[in-house]
This record gives sequence, structure tokens and C-alpha cells, in this order.
Amino acid sequence: MIMKNILILTAVTLLTSGLAGQNAEEILKKVESNVSSDNRIFESTMIIHGTRTNRTITAKTYSVGDKQSFTEYLSPAREQGTKMLKLENQLWIYSPSSDRTIQISGHMLKQSVMGSDLSYEDMMDDRKLTEVYSATVAGEEVIDGRNTWILELTAKVSDVAYYSRKMWIDTERYVPLREELYARSGQLLKRTTLSEVKMIDGRWFPTKIIYKDILKQGDGTEFNITSVKFNQSIPDYIFTKAALKQ
Amino acid sequence: MIKFLLKGLIRDKSRSRLPIIVVSIGVMLTVLMHAYITGFMGDIIETNARFSHGHLKVMTRGYADNMQQIPNDLALVNVSSLTGELNQQFPGVEWSPRIQFGGLIDAPDENGETRSQGPAMGIGLDLLTPGSPEINRLNLEKSLVRGHLPANQGEVLLSEVFSKKLNVNPGDRITFIGSTMYGSMAIYNFILSGTVSMGHEALDRGTIIADIEDVRLALDMDNAAGEILGFLEGGFYLDEIAVEETEKFNSANPGNTDDFTPVMNSLSQQGTMNTYVSMAKSWSAYISLIFIFAMSLVLWNAGLLGGLRRYGEVGIRLAMGEEKDHIYRTMIYESVMIGIAGSAIGTIFGLFFAWLIQRYGIDISGIMKGSSIMMPTVIRARISPVDFYLGFIPGLFSTVIGTMLSGIGIYKRQTARLFKELEA
Repeated sequence: MIMKNILILTAVTLLTSGLAGQNAEEILKKVESNVSSDNRIFESTMIIHGTRTNRTITAKTYSVGDKQSFTEYLSPAREQGTKMLKLENQLWIYSPSSDRTIQISGHMLKQSVMGSDLSYEDMMDDRKLTEVYSATVAGEEVIDGRNTWILELTAKVSDVAYYSRKMWIDTERYVPLREELYARSGQLLKRTTLSEVKMIDGRWFPTKIIYKDILKQGDGTEFNITSVKFNQSIPDYIFTKAALKQ
Repeated sequence: MIKFLLKGLIRDKSRSRLPIIVVSIGVMLTVLMHAYITGFMGDIIETNARFSHGHLKVMTRGYADNMQQIPNDLALVNVSSLTGELNQQFPGVEWSPRIQFGGLIDAPDENGETRSQGPAMGIGLDLLTPGSPEINRLNLEKSLVRGHLPANQGEVLLSEVFSKKLNVNPGDRITFIGSTMYGSMAIYNFILSGTVSMGHEALDRGTIIADIEDVRLALDMDNAAGEILGFLEGGFYLDEIAVEETEKFNSANPGNTDDFTPVMNSLSQQGTMNTYVSMAKSWSAYISLIFIFAMSLVLWNAGLLGGLRRYGEVGIRLAMGEEKDHIYRTMIYESVMIGIAGSAIGTIFGLFFAWLIQRYGIDISGIMKGSSIMMPTVIRARISPVDFYLGFIPGLFSTVIGTMLSGIGIYKRQTARLFKELEA
């Protein structure tokens, strides 16, 4: 009798964990289809809450899929005209004051973007989560009145900036509302809070993201998308190194 | 009686010349050795002071807590007014704002693409103000290998080794890539005006030296500085005085734990320098003590031998009826005179040779290759007030003690046997 109970319990556990694993993958796919698009143009305001002052940086970004993106910084004056180009796994930055185009690679990728809580590495790693992580549903939680699934993601490839992640996914709109990024050691590295989810061109899209680098001083970086347009016609020359100097 | 003894010593060269020469050599070596050890230990301290630590350093509390990381986001602001206040509060101290920074130096090709690149550690300091003491402090003129010192805004120096690694020459454009005070990426062009060899392996590997105003522009640090270094009057580090000054400054904000509150640290209160300063003090004392002790033994023996050598003379004087006490006293008086004369001559020579080493130094660059610590390649002696009297310890006291010990034998001589001894 005892043995029978154990067998039933084991079978139920295996079945539910398998289902949860499958659900997690499906959830992730739905999230990806919600937030990704063929191309998009968006304008953003990044408010960096530093230890001493707050700085606001505005930028316009063009992106095609997850391989190409071009960002031009519009303000403040010191950053105006600075441009960044990402092609596949390469990243260049152009500084108008020095008229130099520098490729960002190696340890420089770990450096902060404009002093924010985002690193260049964060910007570079645009691979689909389902390609990089295996996910399981760890539970449910209510965040700001919204039901969420808690997904635990563990890297299945080695070249990944964060070994594991924890995501809180809105059960209705399939957008993440919170995320925690961890190192292999289990150390929490970054925390992200997503809000102001809006329906744009038939998809739910968070327009406010607060990034907090746990290892960095300051009160985090607020990233606001002020306008976003999906599936626009973007000329090919935008994604060339020549466009950086224009 | 002193005049009589003095005449005796001058006329009888065997009683004065050799003992004085021996005492002089011993004292000279003692003085020279002490000045050399003080100089050697002090040189390492002064090198660190000039390049990075200062005798005193003012920085924000947050910066001081993470000094190894050079956190320029926690730099001092309104530096000109803070320097003015420091000048008023500590009139004897020279204050110099500095910015230490790290990043990459990128050398472009003719198309502006990266040709070579290497990690660099930089120092931003006042190079362009006429009469700035910083050029002398870092010994830049003598360290120049090629080109010239920065004379205009935008000009920088690279270490010779680094310039060769990057394959750049004076007149070439180089780009600094790093982080601004606010964490943005800093990309800033400089013109290489010259190359230097600092004589410190750790510095020569990848150093860039720029005027502080250029660094401020590059790192978005308007009127800011990572640190303000203070140099004590006389140019030598004195720990007690430095610590006193820091207490005076820090007592103004005792309860303020804000990260941006300026705090002052003495050289010995910065990182591992505390261990080094106390080690330098104790090592200097130990080495000097051991040497003084060894010299004392030598001179004591010289005194002892001098006394024994005069065995026959003492016998005759006793036979002639001179009192044992009198003989003993006169021998001690003579040894005092020899000690004073030998110590004075030895001190003069010791100070002279120490001065030569202080002025011209001893080049040890050959044995410093591959070293990663900031050590001078030219070792210099340093004459301190102690050197003017230190030699008298072995020179005077040991000689006198030696004579006193050997003289005890006088009291053991039996007058009845004196003639037999003298006949033999």
C-alpha cells in the first residue's frame, strides 16, 4: 500500500513537472512573439539616477529583428550625435567630438551604457530566450494586482551574460513585469521592473522599464519608450558603418 | 691636566693616530649606513607620495573607501574652492589636485580605424600652469625620452615602453577610451607630445600623463578631481605631522558619513602604505641598531687593545710611583679625547659621503627589471639630524668602555713584580 502511494506520488510529480516545463517554454514563446517584431523604430528617454545627480538621455533607435540595430543619441549636448551600431555580434560606437568609430569588444562590453545600469553586453544579447535558456514554472504571484507566473530560466549555452533568470510573466498579457538576473554563483546581478504596459499595434508592450544593477551605486535607470512604431520601412544604409559618421 | 694629556697624544702618534683612524672609519660607516638606510626607506615612501599617495590626500569618503578602484564617480567637486580652503587652513602644505584614471589607448590608422590598442593607467595633473611644481615632482623633464613636455591643451605623454608597444611617435594622434565621471563612455583625442621613462617598471608599462584640464574635459569632470594631494614643507614625509594634520581636517566633520564628504588621509593611512611606513620605521631602527652594535664591538675591542698595548708603559708609570687611580683616569680621559676626535672626523666624512649619495644616488635600475612594485631605480641617502650625533654612540662610548675594561688590569698589577716584568 505504501509502495503504491509512493509510485502514484512520483508519477504525479513527474507529470506535473513535465507539464510545467512545457508550459514555461510556451509562455516564453508567447512573450517573445509579443515583444519582438520584424523591425521597429522607437524614441526613448533614459533617466539615470546616479549617486550624485540624475541625468536624462534621449535617443532614437532603429532595429531589424534581433541582429541589427542603430541608435542615435539626441541629448544632452555632450552625448548628442553619439551613435551605436550593432550588426550580428559586433558593436561600434561613434563619438562626434573625437570623430572616431570604436568597436566595443572584450571586457568593454561589460561597461555601462552612458553611465546607466545597462551594459553593452545587455544590449548585445538579443538572442531568443528559448534558444538560450531552459525554463520551468516555479510558482505564481500577484504583482500590482496582476496575476503572474514565476519562471525560472537556466542557461543551456555557455556564452551567456547571466547564468540564470527569474521572470514574472503577466498571465493575461504575456509580458514580463519583473525580472531578476543571476550569476552562476547565485549572486543577484540585476533587477528589472517593467510597467505601463500598453496595447500598441495589436500587442502588449511595456513602455517603462526600471533597471537596477545591484553591484552599482545609485538608484537605477528608468527607461521610457516615448514612441514606438513596428514594421516600418527602414533603409538598409542605416545599418552600415558609414551611417555612423553621417 | 687635559692640556698635558692632549700634548702627549699629539706628540706620541702611536697613542693617537691609529686609534683615531679606527674610530673615524667606524663612525663614518655608521653615519653613512644610517643615512643610506633612511634614504632607501624614505625613497620608496617619497616615490609613492609623488606619484600617487601624497604626504596627505583629500578625497571623498566614498572614494577613500574604494581607492583601489579609482571611483571617479565619487570625485571631489568644486575643487578650486576646496583647494583655496586647504591653502588657508594648512599654509605650509602644497596642494595639487590630481585625477587618476584608467582606460584604453587606441592608435588609429590613416582611415581612423583601430591600428593598435592597449590598457592604460593615467594621471591628470597640472602640467600647463607656468611654474607648476608637478613637473619637478614627477621628474618629468629628466624622464623625457622623445619629444617634448605638453605645452598646449590636448597634448599628452606616454611611457616610452607603451608608445613602442602601440607603435606611436611624438606628433601622432591617440584616442583615450574610458568612463566619464558619470559612467558614460569617454572617447577623447590627444596628441602625443613626448614619451617618458619613469624608471619604475610598474609605471612604465602603460602610463599616460595629461594636463588635469584635458582629463577633466575627457572625463566630464568640470572643476572636479579624484584627489587633492598635499606635500609637507621640506618635501619629506613625516608621519607624526601628517597624522596630526589629518586629525585637524577630519575633526571638522566628525559625524558626517555621507559618501561625498571630503576626508583627509595621511600617506600611512592609505592602503598598504601603513604597513610600509611602520615597517620602514622599525627596519630602519633595527638595521641601524645592529650596525651600531657591531661597530661598538669593533671600537670597544680597539679601545681594549689600545689599553693592553700600553701594558709596558703602565708598568713604568706604576714603577715610577704614579697612583693606579691616576693612571686609570688619565687613560679614560685620553680615550674620551680620541673618541671625540675620531667621532667628529668620522661624522664629517660619513656626512660627506652620505651627501654624495643623497645628491647623485646609486643607480640600481639593472636589478629592477621586471619589478611590479613602485620602487626607485636610483637609491639616495638621506641625511637626518640624527646623523650628526649618531656616530658618537659607537665612537665615543664604545672606545671609552673598551679602555675602562682594559684599564681594570692596572689594579691587578703588583708593584713588587713590576721590575721583574719590565726586565722580561
